Amino acid sequence: MFFVNEIKKSLLISCWFIFLTFPIMVIRINPYEEIVDYRWNNLILVGVGSFILSLVGRAVQRRREKIGQNDTDQTAGSTFRIATKMYVPLVALSVLVICCFPFVFSTYQTNIMTTALIYVVLGLGLNIVVGLAGLLDLGYVAFYAVGAYSYALLNYHFGLGFWTVLPIGAGLGALFGILLGFPVLRLRGDYLAIVTLGFGEIIRLILENWNDFSFGPSGIANIPRPSFFGMEMSLQAATIYIYFLMVGLAVFTVFVVNRLQHSRIGRAWIALREDEIACQAMGIDKTKTKLTAFALGATWAGMMGVVFAAKTTFINPASFTFLESAIILSIVVLGGMGSILGVIIAAFILILLPEYLRAFSDYRMLLFGATMVMMMVFRPQGLVAPRRRCYQFRKTDDPAAGIK
Amino acid sequence: MEYFLELFLGGMTRGSIYALIALGYTMVYGIIGLINFAHGEIYMIGAFTALITASVLTIFGLNPFAILVLAGLAAVVYSSAYGFTIEKVAYKPLRNAPRLSPLISAIGMSIFLQNYVLLAQTSDFMPFPNLIPEFAFMEPWAHIIGSSEIVILAVTAVAMVLLTLLIKFTRIGKAMRATAQDRKMAMLVGVNINRVISVTFIIGSSLAAIGGLLIASHIGQINFYIGFIAGIKAFTAAVLGGIGSIPGAVLGSFVLGWTESFATGYISSDYEDVFAFSLLVLILIFRPAGILGRSESKKV
Repeated sequence: MFFVNEIKKSLLISCWFIFLTFPIMVIRINPYEEIVDYRWNNLILVGVGSFILSLVGRAVQRRREKIGQNDTDQTAGSTFRIATKMYVPLVALSVLVICCFPFVFSTYQTNIMTTALIYVVLGLGLNIVVGLAGLLDLGYVAFYAVGAYSYALLNYHFGLGFWTVLPIGAGLGALFGILLGFPVLRLRGDYLAIVTLGFGEIIRLILENWNDFSFGPSGIANIPRPSFFGMEMSLQAATIYIYFLMVGLAVFTVFVVNRLQHSRIGRAWIALREDEIACQAMGIDKTKTKLTAFALGATWAGMMGVVFAAKTTFINPASFTFLESAIILSIVVLGGMGSILGVIIAAFILILLPEYLRAFSDYRMLLFGATMVMMMVFRPQGLVAPRRRCYQFRKTDDPAAGIK
Repeated sequence: MEYFLELFLGGMTRGSIYALIALGYTMVYGIIGLINFAHGEIYMIGAFTALITASVLTIFGLNPFAILVLAGLAAVVYSSAYGFTIEKVAYKPLRNAPRLSPLISAIGMSIFLQNYVLLAQTSDFMPFPNLIPEFAFMEPWAHIIGSSEIVILAVTAVAMVLLTLLIKFTRIGKAMRATAQDRKMAMLVGVNINRVISVTFIIGSSLAAIGGLLIASHIGQINFYIGFIAGIKAFTAAVLGGIGSIPGAVLGSFVLGWTESFATGYISSDYEDVFAFSLLVLILIFRPAGILGRSESKKV
């Protein structure tokens, strides 16, 4: 009886979705020739798809409720928790894979891997702002653009090299982070989200329209690749070089972010995320803490911008749309806000999967959107839930030892 | 002077459209404290539904007035259905989650709907038939204000009056005001919160659909991306007037419409969106509660 009920409910839902998607999915008009084509097979697809999804969705929910009744907090972060014993071989394996990758696979593959690594770092940078400090920044790509354009323009006008501009780009990113952050940090979470989004759009529109400064929509071409002590390199060598450069930067980022997370300022960020008022009552300077989060997050974006410009050798404002911010945000959300390992895994999943499953790549943004909703509804803590450091009480043989 | 008047009326038309969308934002925000990021997409879906309905009916050979009415009806029904479903799927499970969760879910929903229309329909601009006829009596003023602009202004005014009456004098309006004031308390005195929230989404979506139909018919083309920019701007308008306040949303929309119209008319048209976003940033910095909004202080 219970099962029949479930089927009935799912059927109802699938009927509703068939009704809902009918005009958009089924009818396609060609306004120039006044032809209408009806795609009835889409209707069946939607019907069957929503039926199965609603069955599965409700089954998952029921299971969660059951688990919730039995014990409260066992599921959180249980997946992907790797036993400590496995750490050494796993790390060794990944080091081996990373080192051999460009020599085993083609230049094309190496390029994709470099892109994925750029997103790893961007995700980790945004993770500071969104994951740790709990400030939803929807204009993160603006800082990325700042970095990319600072390399392109400084190189164009003054002939500065990659290595000189890398810290300058990072610094400019941080500066813009502070510039944006200073006035808006008084705002509450959701207002902040909209203002950062507006800021991101402003930067992009300025880059698009201020032709004398940024060469407008046509962008800047012939940006030199990074140099290696002035040596000339073939395209292949340069690709491999950028790859290892990115590996180095990613490792550096992981190291820094990991140290930051458990530092005084990192704990202040987490406290701020959890409860602003309690945090202020404990004597944490709210403005300063938020500003550092913004500035540090933007620093990574600025740095990656420089690398991106050097890697592609061509940039234009179209690379820095809101969608890019959304991709980086979904990396953080999917990975688990505040979890370093999660962000790394999510970046690889979200960037590499669409590259290797070409048939699937049209649906990339659709799936990103769906993933964000699904993650929030079913697994808000992300793939790898961040673990808070906590004291562990061990039982000793001597019962008196614990009391002493 | 004539140029000024043209810009003034143009700004007002723009403002009316923003107002129709902004009301949805402000009502939802007033009741569940969520920025419904996908609201712009509902407006876009309304416009698309109207376009599809109108095209199919044109091929069937109905007369223009019937097409206008049926297309409008289809837009309103489908937008409300989408609004209702979005709330049930993406926001309702998160009602007690931390503040950021529903917002991220809303952004995801917005991206999803954009790409859904992009994949199911097209990424190109689609020409939108001009559903609003040219009035003969408007002839002498045609160089200042077109008849579609008059229709937009009139429809918006009627919609505002109806909405005000609904909120002030009906039972569900009372329930909405109660929920906006204090959700828990409203629940205790027997208000069906789920129903109130659904109705709010439906009303907001219908208004957005009307806005979508009118602006698409006025501008003459639509694509899957129109909802994003319009949504952000309407949100700006809602914040400008003080989010949560219904007269504020209308006032803010007109202010935004005029700002854009005059700034593009007298300064430069390249930076149209920059003016809107700059206005948003400035307002939030200097008067975060908006023009008509009250700043709320939180008790600990």
